[in-house]
Amino acid sequence: MNIGLLTVESTRTAIAQKQITATRVVEDFYRKIKAEDKEINAYLTLCEDRALRQAAGIDEAAGKGDPLPPLAGVPVAIKDVMVTKGIRSTAGSKILESFIPPYDCTAVARLQSAGAIVLGKLNCDEFAMGSSNENSAYGPVRNPRDKSRVPGGSSGGSAAVVAAGTAVAALGSDTGGSIRQPAAFCGVVGMMPTYGRVSRYGLIAFASSLDHIGPLTKTVQDAAILLRHIAGRDPLDSTSAGVPVPDYEQEIGKPVKGLRLGVPGEYFGEGLDTEVRSSVEAAIQQLATDGCEIIPISLPHTRYAIPTYYLIATAEASSNLARYDGVRYGYRSKQAHTLSEMYRKTRDEGFGPEVKRRIMLGTYALSAGYYDAYYLKAQKVRTLLARDFEEAFRQVDAIVTPTTPTPAFKLGEKADDPLSMYLADIYTVVADLVGIPGISVPCGKTKSGLPIGLQILGKHFDESILFRLAHTVEHGRAV
Amino acid sequence: MKITDQDVSYVADLANLELTPEERTRMEKDLNSILDYIDLLNELDTSNVPPMVQVLSDKAGSAKFEHAFRADELRPCLPHETAMQNAPDTDGDFFKVPRVIEK
Repeated sequence: MNIGLLTVESTRTAIAQKQITATRVVEDFYRKIKAEDKEINAYLTLCEDRALRQAAGIDEAAGKGDPLPPLAGVPVAIKDVMVTKGIRSTAGSKILESFIPPYDCTAVARLQSAGAIVLGKLNCDEFAMGSSNENSAYGPVRNPRDKSRVPGGSSGGSAAVVAAGTAVAALGSDTGGSIRQPAAFCGVVGMMPTYGRVSRYGLIAFASSLDHIGPLTKTVQDAAILLRHIAGRDPLDSTSAGVPVPDYEQEIGKPVKGLRLGVPGEYFGEGLDTEVRSSVEAAIQQLATDGCEIIPISLPHTRYAIPTYYLIATAEASSNLARYDGVRYGYRSKQAHTLSEMYRKTRDEGFGPEVKRRIMLGTYALSAGYYDAYYLKAQKVRTLLARDFEEAFRQVDAIVTPTTPTPAFKLGEKADDPLSMYLADIYTVVADLVGIPGISVPCGKTKSGLPIGLQILGKHFDESILFRLAHTVEHGRAV
Repeated sequence: MKITDQDVSYVADLANLELTPEERTRMEKDLNSILDYIDLLNELDTSNVPPMVQVLSDKAGSAKFEHAFRADELRPCLPHETAMQNAPDTDGDFFKVPRVIEK
């Protein structure tokens, strides 16, 4: 059995049918991680003892003939912005270098209670701020498809382990594209659900009106399976929505004939790589052949999305990150003699350059005299962006675009220019700003073999249609 | 230039960040370049546009979050010891910090 190729579906079936034990699966994964992850640098922390104990429990139940939970023995890995009880959780930051959380993130707890086994915690941009994984305090992650390139970010480790086969699936988080963009760069499936669909309890906060948790997987079916398990109301998160969760797996294989797909002109303009364009256009053509009606649409405020995002996200981040002061948990500077000095030195030594940049921008945008011109202005433009989509969804059932303007770029290529790095998220940020779900599914490769992603956006709480369409794209693709 | 070195110091102060002189110079340059790009928003007349307060604020939106209003009842929480376990400095009951008032 080549464990690198295992999916959620094939792993749970193999274990349930006793073709292999959970213990053997977990041992094989750790062997593979130890042999292959050094170069990729996706894992920050492994929790081998705990994983093996959990696997032994599953094997014991299977041996007695007890019914197994639905994800029994499926090895997953978790972006290090989700807290895990007793397992170090760093958010990719030095300031949380030795933080051992006393509780579990709800999404992780739900996967574990469904039988999934957490192998370890994954590298990411510090506090999920970045588009290349180069902002991690623990070094960059390399793209397993081409190790001279970035895996994308901020869920770079999550996309990399799925692509490398060093976990069956992973959880990531998306605030401006951080699940979908790395999924596109690494050639895997990345699903960002509707705002409020998945509880954020235990997600280390970046920008609370934009943060989402979602799965990164090898197949669309796996994403459907995992989302169903992590979704739904959570009494511990008042922003989690009380909306029934459908059985997304039933969407897999349903026909797409008659669905109306919007193609926004604004997403195919200047800056779009020609190979990405032709690959995405071919995927849209294939959906037309499968019976979808293709409708050109306009989302006229698209060019304002990135500036809007960088005001709102940084304003919220400056407020959320005020908690890292060296008092209750996390790093504390040893150089300080007064309280005020302790706050400053702790934050200066504990945060990396991009996090400081965003705290500064956000603090400025919220400061007296600038609030109306920046933060309030951005929240008004956010309304205009939402109206663009309301209008579009009167005519269409879903919207298809490229996930990213280019394939994965080289390590270091954009590291010195924050603005050009921000533009890597140009097609993904809007969905976060308006709260709609989006999925990135591989739709082809460049001539040099770099993966290309197609993004599908849907109405609030209509993840089902995204799974149906993405599965069609996945299976129509010449492999 | 929108932001001067003085602005950088003022904002760093608000954010409790202690920046080195090199960091301040770099910050001034980066923030100005980002704010120039953000100026794009001034092309839009938003005088009659309400600010977004909730992305799901359609008619059905509020019903989806009715549960957010719950009775204010005591529920189990972390034991004191567990809540203190990550403290950088503690006397067992409280978090210890450097002195606030100079002698």
